[in-house]
Amino acid sequence: MDILLWLIPISLILGGIGLGAFFWTLRHGQYDDPAGDAERILLPDWDQQPKP
Amino acid sequence: MACVGFGPTRHPMTATDHIGGMGCPGCLAVPLALEVAKPARLILSLPNIHCAVCIGSVESGLLAVPGVQSARVNLTQKRAHIQAASGISAEALVTALARLGHEAHALDPTALTSTAMDRQGNDLLLRLAVAGFAMMNVMLLSVAVWAGAGESARTLFYWISAAIALPTVAFSGQPFFRSAWAGLRVGRWGMDVPISLALILASAISVSETLQGGDHAWFDAAVTLTFFLLAGRYLDHRTRAMARSAAAVLSALAVPQALRISPTGTGTDLVAVADLAPGDLVLVRPGGRMPVDGVVTDGQSELDRAILTGETAPVFAGPGQMVCAGETNLTGPLTVRVTHAGADSSLYRMADLVAVAETARGRYSTLADRAARIYVPLVHGLSFGAFVVWLGVTGDARLAINIAAAVLIITCPCALGLAVPAVVTAASGRLFARGLLIKNGTALERLAAVDVVVFDKTGTLTLGVPEVTDMAGIDRVALAVALGLAEGSGHPLALALAVAIRAIGVKPAAVTAITEIPGMGITGQWQGLDVRLGRADWVGAAASDLTAICLRVGGDIPVCFPFTDRLRPGAAVTVAGLRALGLRMMLMSGDADGPVAALAKMIGIDDYTGRLSPIDKAARIAALNAAGHRVLMIGDGLNDTAALASAHVSIAPASALDAARAASDIVLLGSDLAPVAEAVRVARIAVRRMRQNFAISVGYNVIAVPFALLGLATPLMSAVAMSLSSITVSLNAMRMKS
Repeated sequence: MDILLWLIPISLILGGIGLGAFFWTLRHGQYDDPAGDAERILLPDWDQQPKP
Repeated sequence: MACVGFGPTRHPMTATDHIGGMGCPGCLAVPLALEVAKPARLILSLPNIHCAVCIGSVESGLLAVPGVQSARVNLTQKRAHIQAASGISAEALVTALARLGHEAHALDPTALTSTAMDRQGNDLLLRLAVAGFAMMNVMLLSVAVWAGAGESARTLFYWISAAIALPTVAFSGQPFFRSAWAGLRVGRWGMDVPISLALILASAISVSETLQGGDHAWFDAAVTLTFFLLAGRYLDHRTRAMARSAAAVLSALAVPQALRISPTGTGTDLVAVADLAPGDLVLVRPGGRMPVDGVVTDGQSELDRAILTGETAPVFAGPGQMVCAGETNLTGPLTVRVTHAGADSSLYRMADLVAVAETARGRYSTLADRAARIYVPLVHGLSFGAFVVWLGVTGDARLAINIAAAVLIITCPCALGLAVPAVVTAASGRLFARGLLIKNGTALERLAAVDVVVFDKTGTLTLGVPEVTDMAGIDRVALAVALGLAEGSGHPLALALAVAIRAIGVKPAAVTAITEIPGMGITGQWQGLDVRLGRADWVGAAASDLTAICLRVGGDIPVCFPFTDRLRPGAAVTVAGLRALGLRMMLMSGDADGPVAALAKMIGIDDYTGRLSPIDKAARIAALNAAGHRVLMIGDGLNDTAALASAHVSIAPASALDAARAASDIVLLGSDLAPVAEAVRVARIAVRRMRQNFAISVGYNVIAVPFALLGLATPLMSAVAMSLSSITVSLNAMRMKS
């Protein structure tokens, strides 16, 4: 059962990374316009090169 | 295309015929506040935007306007945020968008400060994320325990669970604890009390059981409860935030301003209506709206009072005439001496009536309130009863407390908390996509209950745009003269006449020396004859009940062109749709009987009344209420405001007067009336879903509670019941979307 001493902290850390990523998206306003972001991917602008 | 009237520049008679400032005298005459304040940040409302192509064309269209630095469309809020050099007016951008075929309205950026609301929403989302993270990890450990971990491993897992769950409950459960405490302090026993009690009991019992090496710990139940309840709370918050931002958008649409003539008599300056004082002189240009109550001191014109009284025929105005805030000046500039401004004006006095009616409506108790009123005492009673009985039978306090806690946890209103918010979110999202703003959280429930629909006529079923009804009996020479005269005027009736005559292929006659006499009509010379086009009495024709302008050529007998109001798009569809839903319909108007009867016959409403004062309208609705009917009122004018407020639920078009929009529960964003029938249908489906959801969550409880009372409940059972009921309820709500 020693493996648990590794697995439990690892699963917590992985989950924590996900939680941190969510905080980051929340703080950078990525949920301000979900409907618009879903549609914008269909726009042909900046298809050839990244937006400067 | 629509310049569907918003704000003080609206010109009701030409509203849908002309784009932005082109040919719409009002739009040119009174500049918007945004133009004067010269902000670098502009916000436009785009009610009809819906797809990627619209985003692209709006953004590139805005960037093509010189001086615009950046433009970004927010599709969720249906707004565009623009950074522009000072001097760029929101109105120029609205015109540019109208040319591309997009309806847009300027919003006042200072009125849109919803940051506090956003912060609260983000705070809830943060707590929800923490609870979700903790739930997943604790569940993982719990699955190992349920799968049959040994004694020592189980205790270890319980301790790890405690390390995750206790801080999570303490952090994520705060919204419930705070609101339960606030409720208890004023003696209110809301839904949050059993929630908080269940969370605290579950955590405390789990810790004590773990300490004593017991079989069951409820850490997973505590975090799962927190997660699902927070999800319901977040959806609820989002709906309310949407309603509040809808209200903010509406107040941002109206920027009441007036042109004050400076005391020295030289020039004018643009001031907020709130800054006007009685005795000030105000200049009202043609197409502008009366900002205040007052008396005309100089100038001659005609007034459109449709929005106040529902009358469609223009009224003559000259020195000495009393004018009321909200009337539209049609032909000539008027100087008005202010008698009542701001809060004293007739527009605002109506607010008292509205406030009285609204307190009555505030007593409406929602489905969720009624459910909580039955649920809360029942759950506490069951839990306490279980404790007393088990203590009496076995004398084992630890067992009795465990069973009481199990009852509280199993009955905890997870699904009940999600039942209503999930449905309201889905339904109002669907209605918003159709151009309906729900301003009030309980509006959907009330809309579902209506059995009578009352329409206003002018501005609601009609657009307030005149159309010539009959010119078959008039010879082409007279038509050519009429066209020659009409094209020299900006009066809405003259404009409509010119459009109609051109449409049948008549070329204008060469009329010379055209002069417009404000408030009367247009006169000129044609082949040496004196020709006149204007009010019946000025031209020398017999006055009639219908709106008309008359033409006299030389000494001939005058001929008259009768006008009717153009039907709002979707009006007939709405009436048919509402009839298909089995609703009784009535038409209540302040206009003369003739036009009311004609319109009622045209769209198929049998029950109609004309010449009603605002008080009459409200009284008739109160009588319907007293007879046990649930009334849906659809209206736009000041004369409808009290009626809107006293109806069970009310809808106003966005072109309505501010007071009417404020008094209504739902605002129609576009100029089409058709979504109304859809709204009633969606509201009925929504309420059916809410009832189903209550039935589902009660059903799970009915199955689970006997086990809990008998002491057979396990954490596994509660986890399964809780997740299953919450997910079923959410899925049922989401069926709304399609």
